[in-house]
Amino acid sequence: MDETGAKPKRSGARLCCTCNQRRAALKRPKTLEQICRECFYDVFEEEIHQVIVTNQLFKPGERVALGASGGKDSTVLAYVLSKLNKKHNYGLDLFLLSVDEGITGYRDDSLETVKRNEIQYGLPLKIISYKDLYGWTMDEIVKVIGLKNNCTFCGVFRRQALDRGAAFLKVDKLVTGHNADDIAETVLLNILRGDIARLSRCTSITTGEDGPIPRCKPFKYTYEKEIVMYAYFKRLDYFSTECIYSPNAYRGFAREFIKDLERIRPRAILDIIKSGENFRISTTTKMPEQGTCERCGYISSQKWCKACVLLEGLNRGLPKLGIGKGRISVNDSEDRNGSDRGKSIASKQCGTLDF
Amino acid sequence: MACNGTGCKSNCYKDEEAGVAEVASCTQSAERTKSGAAEANPISDTLCIKCKVNEAISGYGGIDDGRFCADCFRNNLFGKFRFSVTSNAMITPTDKVLVAFSGGPSSRVALQFVHDMQHRALKNFDASRDRSLPVFGVGVVFIDESSVSPIPSNELEKAVKDISSIVASLAPPTKELHVVPIEAVYSSESSDRRDKLIKLVNAVSDSTGKEDILLYLRMLALQKVASEFGYNRLVLGSCISRIARHVISATVKGQGYSLPADVQYVDARWDIPVVLPLRDCFAQEINMLCRLDGLKTLALSTSPHSGINSLVSSFVQLLQEENPSRESTIVRTAGKLIPFHFNRIPEIVDGKVPLATQRRQKRYSLKSNESVSSESFCYLCNSPLDKSETVDLSNLENCRSSDIFGASCCSSCRFQILPRDTTSLEQFYTLLPHFLVARSKQVNNRNLSLLREQIQDCLLSDSEDET
Ligand SMILES: [Zn+2]
Ligand SMILES: [Zn+2]
Ligand SMILES: [Zn+2]
Ligand SMILES: [Zn+2]
Ligand SMILES: [Zn+2]
Repeated sequence: MDETGAKPKRSGARLCCTCNQRRAALKRPKTLEQICRECFYDVFEEEIHQVIVTNQLFKPGERVALGASGGKDSTVLAYVLSKLNKKHNYGLDLFLLSVDEGITGYRDDSLETVKRNEIQYGLPLKIISYKDLYGWTMDEIVKVIGLKNNCTFCGVFRRQALDRGAAFLKVDKLVTGHNADDIAETVLLNILRGDIARLSRCTSITTGEDGPIPRCKPFKYTYEKEIVMYAYFKRLDYFSTECIYSPNAYRGFAREFIKDLERIRPRAILDIIKSGENFRISTTTKMPEQGTCERCGYISSQKWCKACVLLEGLNRGLPKLGIGKGRISVNDSEDRNGSDRGKSIASKQCGTLDF
Repeated sequence: MACNGTGCKSNCYKDEEAGVAEVASCTQSAERTKSGAAEANPISDTLCIKCKVNEAISGYGGIDDGRFCADCFRNNLFGKFRFSVTSNAMITPTDKVLVAFSGGPSSRVALQFVHDMQHRALKNFDASRDRSLPVFGVGVVFIDESSVSPIPSNELEKAVKDISSIVASLAPPTKELHVVPIEAVYSSESSDRRDKLIKLVNAVSDSTGKEDILLYLRMLALQKVASEFGYNRLVLGSCISRIARHVISATVKGQGYSLPADVQYVDARWDIPVVLPLRDCFAQEINMLCRLDGLKTLALSTSPHSGINSLVSSFVQLLQEENPSRESTIVRTAGKLIPFHFNRIPEIVDGKVPLATQRRQKRYSLKSNESVSSESFCYLCNSPLDKSETVDLSNLENCRSSDIFGASCCSSCRFQILPRDTTSLEQFYTLLPHFLVARSKQVNNRNLSLLREQIQDCLLSDSEDET
């Protein structure tokens, strides 16, 4: 309520405001309530459980793949989801699905984390590599195209790799660790870019229900800060080094704005998502008609899917093919990465917010 | 991110070669680019692309910066104003319009343009033999907010003097000036209205909420003046830059549902329809015109903005500096959201609609069937409520009017303006202008009035109902 922020309180022996028994150990980022660790774990997990139940994300007996990068979001998701699956008898067969882009000194290390998670959480792991799928590693791609447009490849290839891995595992659903901050950022970005079609669906908790494998986001209402807090207190094993091909720890205007908002009004993140859900958008505003790629059969609104266009460029020694707008654009009406300019407004360039 | 994210937590810089401006976004500019031989004139960077005679000027921002000479710039800006006025039937010959003038550049330009239009109409009237087309009337209102802003009294006196001379200079035709204190939202007999207002504003603890309730009260004051003096239009100077900020702050405050109501050219949810003829003009263009034409503006000292609104303001400013079409893209996005049935001049029924308006409504599919009618409005900020926000009043057992009021406000007002506990809310309720309390009468939804019938005996009798 008071935006100027609560006065620093001397938290001597303050009691948890939930259980009133244990000492409060933290201020919950979402509500600023002072609670103990155990109550934090409870409320954190329970909120996710409620999201899963009220949105009917899963049906008993389903096979579900977790997109696992070794980072904090997917690590916490794997931990919490396998815990809830046991506790509430969801009856799910869970798998870890990782993409190996082939980035020496980065992905190989983070994959070690995922491999440890495989053992720690007892979840089978499938790794799908760019090299196997496309014949190129990111290291090799960067050697050809330099550091400039590598994110375009990164994003397009990863998206397709996850779908192919999910198909390989014969799963019914793919869950990703996109959190509330990510979704709030996407709402803002779509407003800033004038993308009404994406604006209309970016707050959906489940997407691609018409496609082969629906994706869903159990962390839709979970704050990034709480995920970090959970991982920290639980001492979860995750990998936090930045990608070596994205050297600038530059956050993007929109993300910084959201962090500033959160500081004076934590509820703002949920309010942005709420706005996104309630926007009155004409039902005739549709995404381009989806067909299949003539070359690889992947879902695509164009003759060739984006990955095939990029790949064609790489193989023909024209790596810029399909990158950016208005250049050698073969069919890049869907390109999100070339559509902005200068200093970036988005925090993640490789299309990872375009779920 | 799970699937990806850390992969390229990316932060990699964008493709910088693509640093060209986005396609012009507002209709006019798109048309202009099409018709004018804009790009086909590489002779000189400094020649005006329109007349190709005078030297172009720059510094007015937006997508047209540096393309026009002073004359063409002026004509272009007035053209945008005129286009929104005619294509939305904002002003017709029989109207009496009230221009809200704060002293700032936007409302100054709105006032100037309305005057220019009226002046032309007068010339036509004098020249015509049958004198068939009357000239619309214009009045000006200045809301004095000194009771709630730290404005020194001498500064205010000087401001009022300046405003009077500005308005006097805009004649003929003569324009009536109304200088009204914001506490006029209370009924005239209450002598302690200034104290009441201060108490009301101080009862709001959230700094953003404080700013926002003042906005709502200002609108109420404007509406009151307009209806007391027989005006039938209220002209605001809201420009692209201001509306873009509103789009973002409404989103951040969770008001996504009601947002489209605020960003259209016409907002007739009020007794006196509100029109925004500068909706397609950038703040920098407006500032430029004030400089070029020596239009006097005044900057009253106000409390520094804080909280959400100021964060949004600096965010949008940053984005606009990064890309000169960003603000208009934001407004264009919000313009694509489905407007409400009241986002058009109400008395226009099909058949009577001017041709230009018909065309525009066709182009933007502003058909009444598209603009779904809304059932109820927030009692405080008057924003249309989403179904999920309308509370079943029959659940309110205790029937306290303050509770009913609270439950009938949007969630944003409940969060940032209304006090949480019942006692403070009751206190807050007694401080509200009756104008606001009586707003419920605007709710014409049948269900709600049925509910009201059930609780009628518990509602305060609105003896002071002012409208
Ligand atoms: Zn506790
Ligand atoms: Zn990347
Ligand atoms: Zn393909
Ligand atoms: Zn010119
Ligand atoms: Zn409200």
